[in-house]
Amino acid sequence: MRPTLRSARPLVITALLLTFVLPASLTFGAQAEKPRNGGELVFAVGGTPPSFDGHRETTFAMLHPLAPHYSTLLRFDPQAYPKIVGDVAEDKWTVSRDGLTYTFKIRKGIKFHDSSDLTSKDVKATYDKIIFPPEGVASARQASYGVVKSIEAPDPYTVVFQLKQISASFIANLASPWNFIYKADILAKDPRWYEKNVMGSGPFVFGEHVPGSYWTGRRNPNYFMKDRPYLDTFKAIFIRDTAPRVAAVRSGQALIEFRGFNPAAQEDIVKTLGKEAVVQESPWICNLTVTINSEKKPFNDPRVRRALTLAIDRWNASKALSKISLMKYVGGVFRPGSQFATPESELVKLAGFGKNIEASRKEARALLKAAGVPDGFSFTLKNRNVKEPYEVTGIYTIDQWRQIGLNVNHVMQEEGPYFNDLRQGNYDAAIDFACDFMDEPDLQLQKYLSAKKSPLNYGRYNDEVLDDLYDRQSRLTDKAERLKILRQFEKRVLDEQAYQFHILWWQRIVPHWSKVQGWKVTPSHYVNQDLRDVYLKLN
Amino acid sequence: MTRYIVQRLLLMIPTLFGVAALVFLLLRVLPGDIVELKYAGSGTFAPRQAIEREKAQLGLDKPLWRQFVDWIGGIARLDFGISMWTGRPITYEVAIRLELSLELAVMATLVAVLISVPLGTLAALKQDTWLDYAVRIFSIAGLAIPSFWLGIIMILVFIIFFHWLPPLTFTSFRVSPKANLQQLIWPALAVGYRYSAVATRMTRSAVLEVLREDYIRTARAKGLWEKVVLTRHALKNALLPVITVLGLEFAFLVGGLVVTEQVFNLNGIGKLFVEAISQRDYTMVQSLVLLTSFVFIFVNFLVDLVNAWLDPRIRYQ
Repeated sequence: MRPTLRSARPLVITALLLTFVLPASLTFGAQAEKPRNGGELVFAVGGTPPSFDGHRETTFAMLHPLAPHYSTLLRFDPQAYPKIVGDVAEDKWTVSRDGLTYTFKIRKGIKFHDSSDLTSKDVKATYDKIIFPPEGVASARQASYGVVKSIEAPDPYTVVFQLKQISASFIANLASPWNFIYKADILAKDPRWYEKNVMGSGPFVFGEHVPGSYWTGRRNPNYFMKDRPYLDTFKAIFIRDTAPRVAAVRSGQALIEFRGFNPAAQEDIVKTLGKEAVVQESPWICNLTVTINSEKKPFNDPRVRRALTLAIDRWNASKALSKISLMKYVGGVFRPGSQFATPESELVKLAGFGKNIEASRKEARALLKAAGVPDGFSFTLKNRNVKEPYEVTGIYTIDQWRQIGLNVNHVMQEEGPYFNDLRQGNYDAAIDFACDFMDEPDLQLQKYLSAKKSPLNYGRYNDEVLDDLYDRQSRLTDKAERLKILRQFEKRVLDEQAYQFHILWWQRIVPHWSKVQGWKVTPSHYVNQDLRDVYLKLN
Repeated sequence: MTRYIVQRLLLMIPTLFGVAALVFLLLRVLPGDIVELKYAGSGTFAPRQAIEREKAQLGLDKPLWRQFVDWIGGIARLDFGISMWTGRPITYEVAIRLELSLELAVMATLVAVLISVPLGTLAALKQDTWLDYAVRIFSIAGLAIPSFWLGIIMILVFIIFFHWLPPLTFTSFRVSPKANLQQLIWPALAVGYRYSAVATRMTRSAVLEVLREDYIRTARAKGLWEKVVLTRHALKNALLPVITVLGLEFAFLVGGLVVTEQVFNLNGIGKLFVEAISQRDYTMVQSLVLLTSFVFIFVNFLVDLVNAWLDPRIRYQ
């Protein structure tokens, strides 16, 4: 029976209500709700901080408990990611006509937790330590600032960065959540002081740290935003393993875990919390790729590598794997949905990204035949001994390759031997990963540069075309021009040479107690962790 | 006896030195080092220069023999060095966790003793009755069920039925006995049950054996009360192998409760051990191996002394 207008009326009314009235009421409701001051936010962290120095460390386990103590020069606006706004710098900055001089004004009245003023001298000392670290000081992201010639502080509230060449990613790099602003006087006395101590200007003052157990902070009464932070205190509990971390959120001993959980854990948490559960989701700037050892036969033949990528049905992988793991989005070298991502209409033209998998596999078999291995061959896929999402992805990929006649042995390894084998070239193919704090080609493409240039490239190939394209895009500030080069880069890596290729991009799922308000999920688990906008709702 | 004690104490030195040399070499043979792992593990683009600088900072650029001599020299001065991962002194990192691990080991041992000695004795006295069968089933179940599995079940029951979880952070017994017991009683029960299973079976068979001895028959023939025969003559002798087992298990518990500590999120030595190994924190792993080896050797030594005290027939020279 065809539905009549009369019978459809309740549906139409419901749809109209859902479309207009409900969102409006939610919006007005949200506007009407005033953040509440006070309370303690307890959250779980899936690791422990090595040292306390953001410039040196690379793990979120350092960032989540430490970020609330510090300010950065710029920051990503969590409400409008990836918009960049000032943190200790004012929201407006100037760039010289030649694009080589960046001038920032520092906000007045910002104080460190010892009540001393934060000035341009501190910003300069901080960036000098990151970009030009003194002897014996480790700086993990020094390479990202290779374009910086000098940093000057002409007056207490002005900082000037002089670049050697134009850089499209420079501003975004200054919003790095790792670049805590340190106190110049302390750095002058001991540049490694911050590895074991905390002295920042962020919304929370350091409280207590019990290694391996927890970290606490309390409200900074002198924070430069007079109405922030809302919370009195926070407590980060270190829980390395997933099961007890999920249990902690389910029991309410932790209200949130900011990095995120997989769908199964999400379901458990939502089932236990019921109406008290809120789930925030976002595409994640993390992905898994297949890296191929281009030095080994028959992988030194681009036709073989291309056959490997053609065999993988990513669109079906997205449907199947997203139900049981974090793996979700089909994408090229940039996060799907980001400003640099290749539109789907173009993406499907790249090898392995087409939607007609039978046609792709037919082409793959033909390529194997042309490469002299018509009956397929056997090889080993090395993978990290991490169940989620590595193991499931490895299993899926192997099954895809089996369908073009390849016999693959799955070897799961502990991190030490795994990275050692990748670095030494002791592998055929491997599942590799990447996670970044922002969508930025200068970051995401580093992995694909020639092995002699990039320690992240385990593919053991050198390709001057790629290196040249990288350098060119990095200097372009015209978005359209830059995108054109990025597409060429992507086509060469994923399609023509198929040195490394993406399986899927991740989905970030953060289920938490509804009383946690003011925090918004972003595509990176590294940003928006200073907790200054977070408050606890009264139930 | 004094000479024996001094001899045993002195023998500990070459034993520990051997352990130290072995673990130092084995760790260096394992693929992957701490700096590479730190950067690669988080996918960070770190140029070779930065990696070399970090290695130099940790002293990993020195020749192996030099690293070993520096480390052993430090230990001779009771300076165990700093953790390569956190940069904090090893003694500080270990001290934070040792209280919890020792307390848990003591509690689990108490649970095991309280279960195993009465049950094992009862089972022996009532051999081949329903009570004996019940105790045997209980103890075999204890052997079959891993303590971490029991821990997981406990946690699931707490969450699903009571929406509750034991505290996730450690509070010292001196600060709050209630909070301390709330956290540790559950893992102590989970571990103690398995531990008691071994000891129950050992107690049962030892008591059975002793009850067949001539001196027990003599004691009974003298008209001694059965209670006295049992406690003063039978149990005292039967407990010798039980104490040996309990001692070895206790030493194991101090550093070996890796999975149980993970299940209950306990900040103990076992968890530290696993993290240090996965992070290739050489100095930490080396020190922890030395510590657990020392605990094993020392507890064994104490067990030998207790055995001598309990059984006048045992004399050490």
